[in-house]
Amino acid sequence: MSRTRDSERDSRLGAFGRLLRWAHMDPPLLAGIVAILLFASFVLYSASGQSWGMMQAHAGKVAVAMAALMVAARVDPVWLRRGAPWLYLAGLGLLVLVLATGDIAKGGQRWLDFGLRFQPSEVMKLAVPLTLARLFHERPLPPSMLLIAGCLAVVLLPTLLIAVQPDLGTAVLIVLTGATAIFLAGIGWRYIIGALVLAAASLPALWYVMHDYQRNRVLTLLDPDSDPLGAGYHIIQSKIAIGSGGFFGKGWLNGSQGQLEFLPERSTDFIFAVIGEEWGLMGALALMAVYLFVVGRGLYIAATAPDTFTRILAGSLSVTFFFYVFVNSAMVTGLLPVVGVPLPLVSAGGTSMVTLMAGFGILMSIQTHRKLGDAVRR
Amino acid sequence: MAQGARIKDHWAEQRLFLARLVFALVFIIALAVIVVTRLVQLQVVQYDYFSAQSQGNRIRIQPVPPTRGLILDRNGKVLADNQASFDLVLTPEQVPDLKQTLQHLVATGLVAAEDLDDIREEIAAHRRFEAVSIRDHLSDLEVARYALNRPYLQGVEIRGRLSRSYPYGGALAHALGYVGGLNAADLKEVDPVAYAGTTQIGKVSVERAFEAALHGAPGQEQVLVNARGRSLQTLERTGARPGDDVVLALDLDAQLAAYEGLTGRRGAVVAIDPKNGEVIAFVSTPAFDPNLISAGLSRKAYNALQEDIDKPLFNRALRGTYPPGSTVKPIVALAALHNGTLKPTDHVYCGGAYSLPGSSHRYRDWKPEGHGTVDLQAGIEESCDVYFYQVARELGIERLSSFMKDFGLGAATGLDMPGEKAGLVPSPAWKRSAFKRAAYQVWFPGETLITGIGQGYTLVTPVQLAHATATIAARGQRFRPSMLLATRDPLSGRTQPATPESLPAVDAVKPGDWDAIIAGMHGVLQGARGTARAVGMKVPFQVAGKSGTAQVFTVAQSQKYKAMDVAERMRDHALFVAFGPLEDPRIAVAVVVENGESGSKVAAPIALKVMEAYLRTGAPGA
Repeated sequence: MSRTRDSERDSRLGAFGRLLRWAHMDPPLLAGIVAILLFASFVLYSASGQSWGMMQAHAGKVAVAMAALMVAARVDPVWLRRGAPWLYLAGLGLLVLVLATGDIAKGGQRWLDFGLRFQPSEVMKLAVPLTLARLFHERPLPPSMLLIAGCLAVVLLPTLLIAVQPDLGTAVLIVLTGATAIFLAGIGWRYIIGALVLAAASLPALWYVMHDYQRNRVLTLLDPDSDPLGAGYHIIQSKIAIGSGGFFGKGWLNGSQGQLEFLPERSTDFIFAVIGEEWGLMGALALMAVYLFVVGRGLYIAATAPDTFTRILAGSLSVTFFFYVFVNSAMVTGLLPVVGVPLPLVSAGGTSMVTLMAGFGILMSIQTHRKLGDAVRR
Repeated sequence: MAQGARIKDHWAEQRLFLARLVFALVFIIALAVIVVTRLVQLQVVQYDYFSAQSQGNRIRIQPVPPTRGLILDRNGKVLADNQASFDLVLTPEQVPDLKQTLQHLVATGLVAAEDLDDIREEIAAHRRFEAVSIRDHLSDLEVARYALNRPYLQGVEIRGRLSRSYPYGGALAHALGYVGGLNAADLKEVDPVAYAGTTQIGKVSVERAFEAALHGAPGQEQVLVNARGRSLQTLERTGARPGDDVVLALDLDAQLAAYEGLTGRRGAVVAIDPKNGEVIAFVSTPAFDPNLISAGLSRKAYNALQEDIDKPLFNRALRGTYPPGSTVKPIVALAALHNGTLKPTDHVYCGGAYSLPGSSHRYRDWKPEGHGTVDLQAGIEESCDVYFYQVARELGIERLSSFMKDFGLGAATGLDMPGEKAGLVPSPAWKRSAFKRAAYQVWFPGETLITGIGQGYTLVTPVQLAHATATIAARGQRFRPSMLLATRDPLSGRTQPATPESLPAVDAVKPGDWDAIIAGMHGVLQGARGTARAVGMKVPFQVAGKSGTAQVFTVAQSQKYKAMDVAERMRDHALFVAFGPLEDPRIAVAVVVENGESGSKVAAPIALKVMEAYLRTGAPGA
């Protein structure tokens, strides 16, 4: 009965709709992503100093990321579940390989060079939630103490390998991803509160092991004017850019902060400041709204997913995506210390785009691979 | 577990998950509200403030690089100076046709064709209104050629700046070092803010050792920029604080005498004041022209310097290690006197060779017919090898090597210059750790003998040799060798003198023992049979010294050493150490001439010229 209803609907969809269905795309999610990417291309053209070379490079990256999304969307979640541990083990192997042989770029060992430069820590951003979701799928929830311990090991092993590279930004994001998955699996509140207390208590110890430049970043957050030409420069210039944008912004290509290059890293980590300056509060809010729409759609997919694996996977991918948005926008507006986290789907360069889009592909796969009777079974 | 078997309860799990999802959604919205609130605060509440700040950003702050401090000798003569030099700069937005302009620059010879790629890269890396330097250090002729071609070179200009100049060129090249372009590796070692406008940094020797003092602190310039960021007008300027002048202990006359003496040879001279460790002369040859290197050599010219067989870039005084040869004999004798295995009156018969009991191997003396009966005075004066074979054997290697270490041999002296080598004082313990194969780890009695005449494994640098000689001159008092005499603030003229730093003294030796070996060294130059009396007798004051000849390779037994047969580079190294005046020593010198063959004929005259130059003019320390 429902098969005939599907084909009836198909006939009403038209060619484009049928193509989307065939490609396992989720139209609302796709619309949100494309809207962000389009807006990003305008912003980037301005932020790059109107450089076509940079636009071309960016378009190339977007194409690769889009391909990753399409591939991921066509893979049945069952296969993702089966492949998860292998992906995880392969990722661990690559991380060890990086430490042993990796290329040195920007003062850390993060890259592997297989003709194409590639950052194995990115694999872990997907492999960790996949593996955790599978562990939870196969065991009763809420998780037992033993299971939580196992999950912590799954999260902390790659985190440590990445932290020693050193790439603290990515290490923190992976911890957040893992914590989200464990939280969604229903870990007891007493564990959560315990972990928070422990984290608060270990802050002084963290301060002790931080590098000088990292401590500087924290200190300049508290008082950026203490070093206006040195470490505080980023935050000061970024706040000036956003603040001077006002309600409606200075207009596209008209931001003096960005165009006159007062703003550092304006096409990468600090691109949100260019948006604030040229598009004003309106532009920033609009972008934020689309981000929330994308996250909301992800959470909806998670809420209606058929089994524990897909639920936890979809949930943690969506929530983590918002964390990326929050960490970057809070950093650029001077709420968090400067950590190297790009604004998802907008910042130029960065291999993280491919991982993000593959994540969206997984969300679409979960949404479009529902079996008949899933609703009954759950 | 209380729940018994704990099977999956799908309904309960889904309810739990949904509850958590709702919680996550609330959390996300809370975070979003924080960011939005912040945006409203910045863009609405504080809009006026930041808008004004953004206008204020049209005033750009530019660093003003400080003037590098001068380097002076102990009498205030300028050894390193700053002089005006001219660079060619190109401002891309003012150039009508970049390709044509670059071609024209190549055609007029102002820019080398092979540099074009680098120049294009530099231009691409800068903003269109920024002037990019495309050639450093134009000669007068090139400045004139530019002036002639000016009509065709719109957008290309000449810019003056101060650059480093070394008036004495190669004579002080290895002592002073040179400055060079600031690179990424340098930036890791200095404060990038302090070097924001600086283009050059000390690379080696004194220029590097005292970089912190020489550099100074940058100033600031507030420049009004228009909407496109071009500088319109300087509004305010805080001057840079110039770097301190560095006054070295070097005496220019002694330095030039040493350089002249080494001209055309490979070698090194180091002279030290025994009273405080001040380095009076520091020369290594062949040298290079530091002016050319500071101006920026082409890669080809630099490679040529690096691959030169004579190694002009190699600082022999600091990093060359040589067998000390007979220059070590006074220390060997002193070790034996101090340990009670030798009395000055003990004598040894020298028949031209020495054999260990039960062995047929003949350790030869440099004089095949032998020296006859030799006591300590004659042993040093005539540099009798057989005498010292016997002394070393009775003393034993352990006591000998520990005494040599007390003199500062086998370890860096701590000279205030980067990269000093440690040399080597051999001992049975060292041999056990240095060799892998057990057969090579054994210390042979014969090795003690040749250590006694400064051959074998022993290696010293010219700095160590001068330091050890100064230690003899000061009768065991040791000071850390120091290039620095004082730093001087050029604005206030206030000087900050460096304080001599004492090192553990060789103080257990009896005065009579010092007298004995110093008398022997006096005899070398001014005694009846001294090996260097031909040179020593010409000097108008009392001096002490010791020649040395270090084998570069071992001549096979029974084969006579013939200099002619051996390639020039295989000839013996010539060494000489000396100090004076005898009654109150003010200078100790060590000279090494690679492949110079004879310590007393080749190295000794250089040592004495340096001493004369210093003692004639050099006022005793500042």
